This record gives sequence, C-alpha cells and structure tokens, in this order.
Amino acid sequence: MVDHRRKGTRGLVLLALIIVALPAVIPNAYIYDVVILIGINAIVCIGLNLLIGYAGQISLGHAGFFGLGAYASPLLSDRLDWPPALALLAAAMAVGLLSFAVAKPILKLRGHYLAMATLGLGIIISIVLNQEGQLTGGPDGMPVPPFSLLGQRAEGEATWYWIVGALLLATVWLTLNLVDSPVGRALRALHGSEVAAAVTGIDVLRYKIMVFVLSAVLASVAGSVYAHYAGFITPSEATFFRSIEFVTMVVLGGMASTFGALIGAALLTALPQVLTPLQDYQMLTFGAVLVGTMVFMPKGLVPSLAERLARHRR
Amino acid sequence: MTQLVVEGLHKSFGAFAVLHDLTFSIREGSIHSIIGPNGAGKTTLFNVITGLYPPTHGRVLFNGADITGRPAHALAALGISRTFQNLQIFLNMSALDNVLVGYHLSCRPRLLPSLFRWPAVVRRDHEYRQRAEQLMAFVGLSAFVGAEASAMPYGALKRLELARALAVQPKMLLLDEPAAGLNPKETGDLDTLIQRIAERGVTIVLVEHDMRLVWAVSNHILVLDEGRKLAEGTGAEVRHNPDVVAAYLGEGGRHR
Repeated sequence: MVDHRRKGTRGLVLLALIIVALPAVIPNAYIYDVVILIGINAIVCIGLNLLIGYAGQISLGHAGFFGLGAYASPLLSDRLDWPPALALLAAAMAVGLLSFAVAKPILKLRGHYLAMATLGLGIIISIVLNQEGQLTGGPDGMPVPPFSLLGQRAEGEATWYWIVGALLLATVWLTLNLVDSPVGRALRALHGSEVAAAVTGIDVLRYKIMVFVLSAVLASVAGSVYAHYAGFITPSEATFFRSIEFVTMVVLGGMASTFGALIGAALLTALPQVLTPLQDYQMLTFGAVLVGTMVFMPKGLVPSLAERLARHRR
Repeated sequence: MTQLVVEGLHKSFGAFAVLHDLTFSIREGSIHSIIGPNGAGKTTLFNVITGLYPPTHGRVLFNGADITGRPAHALAALGISRTFQNLQIFLNMSALDNVLVGYHLSCRPRLLPSLFRWPAVVRRDHEYRQRAEQLMAFVGLSAFVGAEASAMPYGALKRLELARALAVQPKMLLLDEPAAGLNPKETGDLDTLIQRIAERGVTIVLVEHDMRLVWAVSNHILVLDEGRKLAEGTGAEVRHNPDVVAAYLGEGGRHR
C-alpha cells in the first residue's frame, strides 16, 4: 500500500510534467482544443470512476450533471449577473444537492435497476434542457458569457489550457488521496461485498450517496468549465450518448484506476478527431470499443497493462 | 451477566417460517454454540441478530438495549461482529486492507480530511496498519501480510475473515461454521484460537457442524431443530438429552 502511494505520487508528478511540457509541442489552436476537451472529459471520468470502478455502482446519466453544470453556471452569471467563478461554485452546489436528493431512492437499487434509474434521470435532465426554451434556448442552445476571475478574463486556448490543466491536476491529486484513505477503502469494500462492509460498520448507503454526489459535483464543475470555454452550449452535451461516452472512457481506461480514467478519456476524445471521415459511425465506434474492452480486457487498459508488466518483470 | 437476549423471535420468508418463537440468552464472556441439522435456522438466526434481516416478530436485546431491526452497521458500532459461512472477503483488495476495513469504526473517516490527506489521517492510518499486521499475526497470517486476498488459499481466507471481524473490536463475535472446509490440523488450531479470543473477553457465538470442535470449546450449547429450540445446556446435558440424540446426533453422534 505504501508502494501504491509512491506509485500514485510518481504518476501525479509525471502528469504535472506532461501538462507543463505539452504546450511546447502543441502546434496550433486545433490541437489545443482537443487537449482541453481531453482534460474536461478526464475530470468527469475520474469522478465517474470513483463511482463505477471503486464503489462498483453504475451511472448512465452523468452527462445530465455535466449538462446541468454547463447550463447553470452561465445562466447564473448572465441572468443574475453573478461573477462566473461564484456561478460555477453555486452550480456545483446545486447539482450536489440535486444528486443528494435523488441518490437515496436510486442507490437503494442494484445492478440493472440502478442503471435504469440513472438512465432515466439523465434523460429527464436532457428533456428539461431541450424543453425549457426560454431559459436554455432549447435545442438551438445558448451563448455563454466569458469566464473571468478577479477582473481577468479567460480568453484564448492557451489560457484555458492552464485552467483545465490545473483543475485536472487538482482532481487527480484529491482522488488519489481519497482512494488511498479509509474512505476509499470503504468504497472498495462495499464493491467487494456489501454485507461484509455492513457488518464491519460501514453505512453502505451513506457511502454510495457520498461517492455519487462527489462524482456528480465533479461532472458539474467540468460542465461549467466546458460551457465558459466553448462560449456556446447545446443540449447535445447532456444526451444519453454523452453519458455512454463517459462510461466507455472509464471502462476502456480501466476500472478502479485514476490514471486509467484519464487515459480512457484521452484516447476516446482524440479518436473521433482522428477518424473524422467516420463521423457518422461515431456511436458504432464507441459501441465497438465498449464491447471489445469488456470481452478482451475486462479490467481495462491501464490495469491490464500494469498486470502484464508486473508478470514480465518477474 | 447476560449479554444477548432473544425473545419470542420469529422469522418467515413469505409463507415459509424459518424461526419459531425462539427464546434464549447468552452470557457475557461465554462460548455459546448453536447446533442443529442443516435448515434448522442457524444462519438465519445469525442474520437476524447481526441486523441483516429484520425479524417477523420478537425482540433482540444486547446489553439491555433493544436492537431489534437496527441496521448491521449500527450493530457493529455497538460491538457485534461476525464471520460468514460462505466467505465474504473483499477479493478486490489486499489481505491487509481487508483487515483495515475492520477498523473502519475506529478510524471514523471523514470526507474532507481524506481528500486533502491531512497529516492526522496519514498518522492514524499508519497506526491502524500496524495494528492490522499484529492482528494478522494473531490469527496466524503473518506470511500473507503483503498478499492480495484473491491469491490466498481457502483456509487462510477463513482466518482473514476472522481477523477482520476482530478488528471491529467486538464485544460479541458470531462465527458461522469456522471449521467448514478446513483440514483436521487447521481445525485443531482453531480450538486454541477461539479460546484465546474468548480470553480477551469477547463473547463467542459459534455455529458449527464439527462436533469435536463444539464439545472442545463450548460452555453452553443451544440445539435448534426446524427453527425451534430443541434443548440447551452444557455439553454433557445436551449430549445425553434423548430428544437431541434422536433428532440430530443419531446413534453415532455420542461417540464422535
């Protein structure tokens, strides 16, 4: 476990170095854009991986929380004239409260039932964003005011790169801490055996709610950042397909691996950019990746490679 | 002093009654065995006492407090811990982490300090890690401190579950067939281990089919048959009870 912690720190330092070094080799604004999107998706996936990979629960509705964050933050800063940073935090808190309110009935369900309930929740959010046209602009979407903090406006890909990079680094650090703490142990325990977790004193439902809310809040923050960065937001960011994208990233990268979630997000954000000719088949591609991973590499990329490496060393 | 009182306990699943009007009590510090043929309701009784199933009627009192229907995690906090007949190991974790989960209540983990890795969290975690290692040594698992649970043999997993249950620091420990699947040598070690745990002041409630182990360690025996109390008393009393002999032990049971 000490070894585990050292590995985590090493990974964190490596990630920091990559984030610092990357701008030197990024040739143009287009690649910046892809890298920023990778960072935003990675934040969602790292949170979702706490829920899926560590605690063994499932959510097919996390794009809903991403979408709520993406809409709530600009609405608060635009209509109520709040500073964007405050609006982002308020949006995160509101999503936290909403996810807390729905978590208790939802997380009493297991397996398929939990999947269906979260799916339904995501779809409801998606419908609301589409239908509340006066507020959200409906299917056409709405413009988002620029982000500013202490009078400084965040503009241009380079600035956003550092903002997202810093947020990603903070998310990874906090997540590694959590996973390696008694709270993280309790999450893995309820994944392993709910009855055994309960008789050792773990309030199983409370921990499920905690991790669900945490992952929803991370998705909301990532959504708000995305909206301010993109400057325009449509309900397509909160669709069922977007939820499946997030889950596929987590599954491909690796269950119960923070860096796995990051790498899954990187690969599947970059893939559609590389395969632009196949744009019409994007859903098909993601489906194939999901099925392929489940069949050939059920633990996901990073844990499987780590295992192979460990075996090779021996 | 009486530690556990079970009063008029009744448990049915649909129309099927597993426990009928069961009343008995367990003295603090004793080794209390519950025996009976398969289907007698022993495991169901454990599940009701440890809060995994609510009873249909009846009450359970622990140290004088009514604990009927309280959830399992709350009962763990009161000092009731158990092992399982079919192992419930966290196979996705290391052996040491399995035991560390047992210290969950002592750690009282909170979200924010854990997220920011406050020094107090790290220090306490280090402390519990050492205690978990000592506990693994106590149950004879020193060799497995660095092992992944999924790579351990069955007998070792049984001990691991015992270590995890002890980490909860129980006042009462319920063992559901600890000898099942063990070889005679391992069962022999279990006698001493159970007695050493009892010497620490932990009340032991033992469900077991290995009669040699039951006769060797029990102060008191409760015999269940089809969810009803058939007999109770000391080993000698139970062994010579004609109902017990007829219903359960059979003619060969006396001499085993």
